[in-house]
Amino acid sequence: MHVLHGSIQRIPVMPPVAPIAVPETTEADIEALFLIRGFERLLLDLFSRGVLNGTTHTCLGQEYIPVALSPLFEAPDFIFSNHRGHGHYLARFGDVEGLLLEIMGRAGGVCNGVGGSQHLFRDGFLSTGVLGESVPAAAGMAWSLKRRGGRGIAVAYTGDGGWGEGSVYETLNMASLWGLPLLMVVENNAMAQSSHAERYRAGTIQDRAHAFGIRTLQITGCDLAEIRNLAGPEIAAMRERPRPLVIEFATQRLGPHSKGDDPRSPELVAELWRRDWEAPLRQRHPALCERVTARVSERLEALRATALQQPLSEWTDAS
Amino acid sequence: MQAERIVENLNRAHHELFSRDPAVCLIGEDLLDPYGGAFKVSRDLSTRFPERVLSAPISECAFTGMACGMALAGEKPIVEIMFGDFIGYAFDPLWNLAAKSVSMYGRRVPIHLLVRCTVGGNRGFGATHSQSPQKHFLGIPDLDLFEVNPFHDNVELLAELIERGNPVLLFENKTLYSRHCVREGALDDLFSWRFIGPRREFAKICIEESESPDAVIVASGSVVFSALEAARRAFLDHELETVILTPAQLHPFPLAPILDDLARAKRILVIEEGIAGGSWAESVATAIYSRLWGRLENPVICLHSKSSIIPCARHLEERVLLQSGHVFEALIGESIRA
Repeated sequence: MHVLHGSIQRIPVMPPVAPIAVPETTEADIEALFLIRGFERLLLDLFSRGVLNGTTHTCLGQEYIPVALSPLFEAPDFIFSNHRGHGHYLARFGDVEGLLLEIMGRAGGVCNGVGGSQHLFRDGFLSTGVLGESVPAAAGMAWSLKRRGGRGIAVAYTGDGGWGEGSVYETLNMASLWGLPLLMVVENNAMAQSSHAERYRAGTIQDRAHAFGIRTLQITGCDLAEIRNLAGPEIAAMRERPRPLVIEFATQRLGPHSKGDDPRSPELVAELWRRDWEAPLRQRHPALCERVTARVSERLEALRATALQQPLSEWTDAS
Repeated sequence: MQAERIVENLNRAHHELFSRDPAVCLIGEDLLDPYGGAFKVSRDLSTRFPERVLSAPISECAFTGMACGMALAGEKPIVEIMFGDFIGYAFDPLWNLAAKSVSMYGRRVPIHLLVRCTVGGNRGFGATHSQSPQKHFLGIPDLDLFEVNPFHDNVELLAELIERGNPVLLFENKTLYSRHCVREGALDDLFSWRFIGPRREFAKICIEESESPDAVIVASGSVVFSALEAARRAFLDHELETVILTPAQLHPFPLAPILDDLARAKRILVIEEGIAGGSWAESVATAIYSRLWGRLENPVICLHSKSSIIPCARHLEERVLLQSGHVFEALIGESIRA
């Protein structure tokens, strides 16, 4: 991990990020990357037009993490996601329609418009908006998966900010003690809403996990194949011999915390964009990216056009 | 033969649930035999069902959160909170995760989760081990509140609560554990009791059925005994007829089965060991007003413990916590004024 010095104003040197790497990968992977990015951009656009209600947290810059991990997860696995969870959801289901309609409160939304951006639940996937809250729940799920004897694991996505909550450490203790198949994926973008890591975190996430005797894996690149090569055997091992694992990605959040609240300097954000995966990916595979993004745009534009025509969602259970 | 003690009844309730349903499990502190839980409610469970009893570190927040995850996995977890005073640490998983999961995802998600919580004073445990935190959980959608009393059989109650589909908080007043369960019928030389309500929602305790009793006391948990003592004195000294109504379910409060009894009473007391200010008694009084306004002869009287920390020394603790003398004075004071 990088040791950071100096004030927030000096942040341009800050992101503990990834050397630029080109995802060496399949067309399906590239499509997933662009689908998530396109979806988040569509959301921000709809917000700027006043079409969307409430708030949202986009994962621009971090899309590659769930895309890389998704094929490593199996049917019985249960994923707990957080406030910045659209990428996690879309990497598992590809369901931009259900998600947008959910966020727009229209019929066909995955949770009838009740949950919204950060409260989604379907088929082994649940997100909730209180940081640190899903981690013990994931441990409870892991306990159940283990005792029922399958190979399933529970996955909890968190950011680095979520590691400020005491529930995380209580859970690390129990997960290690009881050998629970709990995978914690830390998307460390070094930003907790508006606060940089150097302002709120002493020590490192890795050391905190090690204090509980939990294995960690540090990943700094965004090459999908490389990530899978690193994470795949570790995840396979925890299926065979149930135990927790922390995978920490040094990543970068390109967008604001939610819709427009970004105190970082434009220079810093520009620097982050220069380290992003999209430009080098397009450079490496121009024709493929062209073809994929055309398909994705078409799908998202069709969705944009039809979503507003959908009736408002029904909620029959206002008991 | 005397009926079993309430702690034995609760313990048997667990053993029967565990035997019947492999999804039932227990998580909490110091549950392992031979200790078997601080109040011995979980005695012998870890010996019989070692794989389903998780004796957890001192981590109320995370082990309650874990139980939510178990419930989402289809298990039926029971959480034991050793002292209700510690449940503040578990507030978030109960309020924001367990209760909300029932409806937050746009369709009904059954959550089979029972959180048992030891509460109450009169044991000299002091300010942080004696409180009645019920009111802090009132009115949370889909979080149902129940309280143990000497009348409702916990074997039946726990079986019902774990199947409810809403997370449930069950409060257990620690002074009740060593008391005996009482079977329907005679309670002592004066009083007898029976269940009322289509689902036996209330125990009704009285000397004899009366068209117009002097007072009805709504009382749950251990203050039933304060009510009973006060009612006895009020009868013997002043010939006042008092009816005591005891629910197992605190919230949502099942008012319908007792509306007739309340409407016929000259005065109504709602009593609890907790303190005033958004309390259970106040919420019951509000419900009574909204249904019986215009038919009440007197204002509903809510009796609480004093708004104070709970001191350790017995003589000081008695000054703070609701005692039968307070209930008696309220019964008599009102009768004199009436």
